[in-house]
Amino acid sequence: MHFFEFTEEQNMLRKAAREFAETEVAPRAAEWDERDECPLDVFKKLGELGANGVFVPEKYGGPGLGHVERAIFIEEISRHSAGLGMALMTHHLGVYPILRSGSEEQKEKYLPDLCSGERFAGLAITEPGGGSDFMGQKATGERRDGKWVLNGRKCFITNSHIADVTVATVKTGVDDKGRSKLSAFIVEKGAPGFAPGRKEHKLGLRASVTGDVVFNETTLDDKALLGPEGGGARLGMEGVSEVGRAGMSAICVGILRGCLEEAIKFANERILYGKPIAKIQAIQFEIAKIRTDYEAARLLTYYAAGLKDAGKPCATEVATAKYFATEASVRSAKSTMDLMGGYGIINEYPVGRFLRDALTSIPSGGTSHIMQVVMANGTLNDFHA
Amino acid sequence: MAYRVAVCVKPVPDPNYYGHVGIDPVKKTITRAGVPNIFNPADKNALEAALRLREPGSGYAAAISMSPPEGAEILREALAMGADEAYLLCDRAFAGADTLATSYALCQGLRKIESEKGLPFDFIFCGAESADGATAQVSSQLGEWFGYPQLWNVFSLEERGGVFMLKTKLENGCMEWEAKPPMVLGVARELNKPRFISAMGVVKSRKKPLVTWGRSDLPGADDGYLGLAGSPTKAGDIFTPDIRREGRRLSGSPDEIVAGMLSVIRASGAAAGV
Repeated sequence: MHFFEFTEEQNMLRKAAREFAETEVAPRAAEWDERDECPLDVFKKLGELGANGVFVPEKYGGPGLGHVERAIFIEEISRHSAGLGMALMTHHLGVYPILRSGSEEQKEKYLPDLCSGERFAGLAITEPGGGSDFMGQKATGERRDGKWVLNGRKCFITNSHIADVTVATVKTGVDDKGRSKLSAFIVEKGAPGFAPGRKEHKLGLRASVTGDVVFNETTLDDKALLGPEGGGARLGMEGVSEVGRAGMSAICVGILRGCLEEAIKFANERILYGKPIAKIQAIQFEIAKIRTDYEAARLLTYYAAGLKDAGKPCATEVATAKYFATEASVRSAKSTMDLMGGYGIINEYPVGRFLRDALTSIPSGGTSHIMQVVMANGTLNDFHA
Repeated sequence: MAYRVAVCVKPVPDPNYYGHVGIDPVKKTITRAGVPNIFNPADKNALEAALRLREPGSGYAAAISMSPPEGAEILREALAMGADEAYLLCDRAFAGADTLATSYALCQGLRKIESEKGLPFDFIFCGAESADGATAQVSSQLGEWFGYPQLWNVFSLEERGGVFMLKTKLENGCMEWEAKPPMVLGVARELNKPRFISAMGVVKSRKKPLVTWGRSDLPGADDGYLGLAGSPTKAGDIFTPDIRREGRRLSGSPDEIVAGMLSVIRASGAAAGV
């Protein structure tokens, strides 16, 4: 067994991402949260940094790295702004299916701009009826006069109002057994009959925009079909289970590191009874718990990302990482607030934001209950007593 | 115009770990075991200036450092930022160098690059000073070794038809200069905003050469100018100042206490004439 260690190149990438995050993200993170807005200028700069298309090959404008490097970028950005981390990770959710199943023409048309920061992407799957009932999608795509006509409403869609390119799944028919056939489409901003709808006022992750996207007789030609007709279920599920949830885990690793660093800073600076509270055992217990959460979440997250890069099945491992990291970030943000006493609830400190961001991370990509179902199914399949 | 530019870079202790940096009272050297290095901040401005001069033409930018093996990490960053090649001067023979011996070794390394490439450098950049030693001497010394014009604390650099308009910072103002290459420049942090290292830069750096040269690779160098032997700077007494504070309680009437305080202050020499 190899000792778990990042490569020299990955360490350099982390250093570069951290320098960017400390310079461009940290000073403005609280303001984006307060104003509930996604900083498109910084998002664009992330493209120049190579974060937006991190796993896209060089021929399509990316650096050609993998999902471990993706997690590094997301962790470093989310250390200071989990909201921007959310916008970035969702952008990847739109990029991934185009890379995975797009025609050569589609890849050449969309990927370079999505990598450079010129354009942003999103993925629209969830509907008002619930995100976890994946096959129960009501939005439709009908064949009419040689075109596809889309109708329906998608909700809780991150990047809904900023995406230039949205990958959406809709029901395009039923198979012999009466089961829905889902197909994926690439829909560009400004397509007739396609528009963002209601914008949600979220508890956390507020440097990302989340809302509805609406299809009202949106007419697309065949070039908009992504992958084969009826291939949308596989494409969407793979994106959510291997890329979306992995992104949520990485966001929460960033939040956990934020908790750890803020807790240490406060514990060293706060003087009580003539000494820093870091010397008090009760405080040390909290720090030890946060460290444990951070380390465990980090190992699960990067292990799952490593499996993805190795081309191995990873849905169960990603669900495990997502379940643990999101719950741990809530727990540790609360511990950090406890450690800080009254200061913990003052908004000049970022810990309250960390807690809101952590809570908001739980339903994205499937709640903790759904993660446990995925994990249980994987476990029952993998282990035989 | 595509220029050929060299940039001298230095690994310095990460300021976040300054609490772990100490002084060896016997050797009179800095102890920094376990302290990670960062790219000397002003050297990043120097590299940025170099990359802007190289772009968009087909120029050439080389980064060079004289340091222990850990310096390779900083040079890899320079490659990822955009330098074409990097050179590490690393040998026990270079150890213990003061600024003069450092600048001599750098000069020898740069001369060797010029000789191998068959073309001289148009510019040699340094950061104005390092974040650790902060002597701010190396760029001027390099200018002397090369016999090139040199300017220090450059915060503005513009090209106008092959002539460069430069501004250097002074304590109470600035000076304006006109110069033509070749020249050696020590640049101030205000000169530019260094670019961030991108993922593409990291990937491209895989294929760029990072060459390590030892003493034997610089056959023309004079040992009398290298390392400790070539360093006229001798550290005097180095000590950690005793900054303990002592409380003293004065008693008596308020007038007596005030008189007592004044007497203590006068005796300390801190308030002559009071």
